[in-house]
Amino acid sequence: MSEREVLELLRENARYSAADIARMTDLDEAEVEAAIDELEAAGVVQGYQAVVDWDELEDERVRAEVELNVRLDRETGYADIAERLARFPEVTALRLVSGDYDFDMEVEGDSIREVSQFISEKVAPVPEITQTVTHYVMTSYKENGIEFGDGDDDDRLSVSP
Amino acid sequence: MTFELADRVQTVPPSGIRRFFEIAEERDDVISLGVGEPDFATPWAARDAAIASLEQGKTSYTANRGKRELRDAIADYVADRFDLGYDPGEEIIVTAGASEAVDLAFRAFVDPGDTVAIAQPSYISYEPGVIFAGGDVLPVPTKEDDDFRLTVDALEEAGAQDADVLVLCYPNNPTGAIMREADLEPIAEFVREHDQIVLSDEIYAELTYEGEHTSIATFEGMRERTIVFNGFSKAHAMTGLRLGYALGPADAIHAMNKIHQYAMLSAPTTAQHAALEALDSCEDDVREMVSQYDRRRQFVLSRFREIGMDVFEAKGAFYCFPEVPDGFTAEEFAEAVLHEQGVAVVPGDVFGAGGEGHLRVSYATGLQDLREAMNRLEAFVAAHG
Repeated sequence: MSEREVLELLRENARYSAADIARMTDLDEAEVEAAIDELEAAGVVQGYQAVVDWDELEDERVRAEVELNVRLDRETGYADIAERLARFPEVTALRLVSGDYDFDMEVEGDSIREVSQFISEKVAPVPEITQTVTHYVMTSYKENGIEFGDGDDDDRLSVSP
Repeated sequence: MTFELADRVQTVPPSGIRRFFEIAEERDDVISLGVGEPDFATPWAARDAAIASLEQGKTSYTANRGKRELRDAIADYVADRFDLGYDPGEEIIVTAGASEAVDLAFRAFVDPGDTVAIAQPSYISYEPGVIFAGGDVLPVPTKEDDDFRLTVDALEEAGAQDADVLVLCYPNNPTGAIMREADLEPIAEFVREHDQIVLSDEIYAELTYEGEHTSIATFEGMRERTIVFNGFSKAHAMTGLRLGYALGPADAIHAMNKIHQYAMLSAPTTAQHAALEALDSCEDDVREMVSQYDRRRQFVLSRFREIGMDVFEAKGAFYCFPEVPDGFTAEEFAEAVLHEQGVAVVPGDVFGAGGEGHLRVSYATGLQDLREAMNRLEAFVAAHG
């Protein structure tokens, strides 16, 4: 149960220190650290990353959502294809989904050219892949539960009853 | 010519909060722990419903007591959450904030010369409200030793047996104190024995962090003599929409409505649409906000203990009420910490008897700011230790 609470807080802000999490919960610092160790060891927590609004940076960052259709055969299942695709560092997310296509793949690169080349030269030729549809991300409004923008100004009165 | 002001208006001193507000507003590096309202925006579904109602042109008055649909929803909500049974036809009135409802009650039930006992420290509007209605205020100080709960001893010590009306606010602004069933039982007995009216401001009821809120109106023989106040400002983060309500026996609500229909006509219509949606579909948002407040509460209490300031374990609202370290009055401390560290807190004296020597610290602020504010407080205490 305590792990669940720690997980919730890390999902809110992975940079909360163990001491801060301890202050917010009934756990002490050592218990928080143990819970985090356990979550990591069990593979529940797979990593920690910053949530970035690329539009705020000068450097271009190109992202695309790619729909993939695949044909399975007796020797090749979804997991086999996924394993092969996931190895590419350009692929930042890969999910098997229900609906009109099979995989939902997120790809990142420094330019449209780089991403296009990656898809046409590395992804499309995979024999099981029958179709790719690439959507370039134009603007992101919300990622990982965090809304992008200037942030809300606190327009409350600074002291009120 | 100069306006001749009414005596009862002149009697009321300017709000003690105002001065701190002015100092805090002058600086732009202030982190304020002096705010008495949520830092969350109203849940989106409720805002969306308000917008939709405007688009549909629903901008006329409603029934004086509020839209029937909303009163039905309020009746279901208070029955479900707090075990309170009220008839939406006769026993509920929707008002412009719970503050309006409290004011209506003073005007409806207090005659000149009547004594209104107020458990203090408490929200700053009760005392002026009583004075505007022509009544006499009897402050009943609560004590830190009792975790700022009201006791029969405190009532008797203050002479409250002779009062006509008793005002309660639990969970409490500014202390964060709550009253459990066992704490309320003797108060209910006292009130019945002395045949008093109870005005119970339960606006922070949802913000109870251990156990469940109990209303004094649920005790035997209390419903007939109690008005319960609640609203959408705190739990549903709707302060600016101004929507509250009162629950009470039909004749009492009728009397309050008599004033309300002339003074206000009806509570803001757009806000009533938002409130209906808030009750319909925003329970998860409320739970999420409450869990956020609870974490911040524990964080702030832990930090005060680490800093070495005495603080009792507040279990409700979004305030804690630490003791000022030796060598300062509450006002001196609040002023110095605002000047030296840019942290705004409110001296406890502002909230009446029993508040001296304490500070109201609001944790209705994001954790990042809370963390920084507590670091600054720590530096201040270290520098003056």
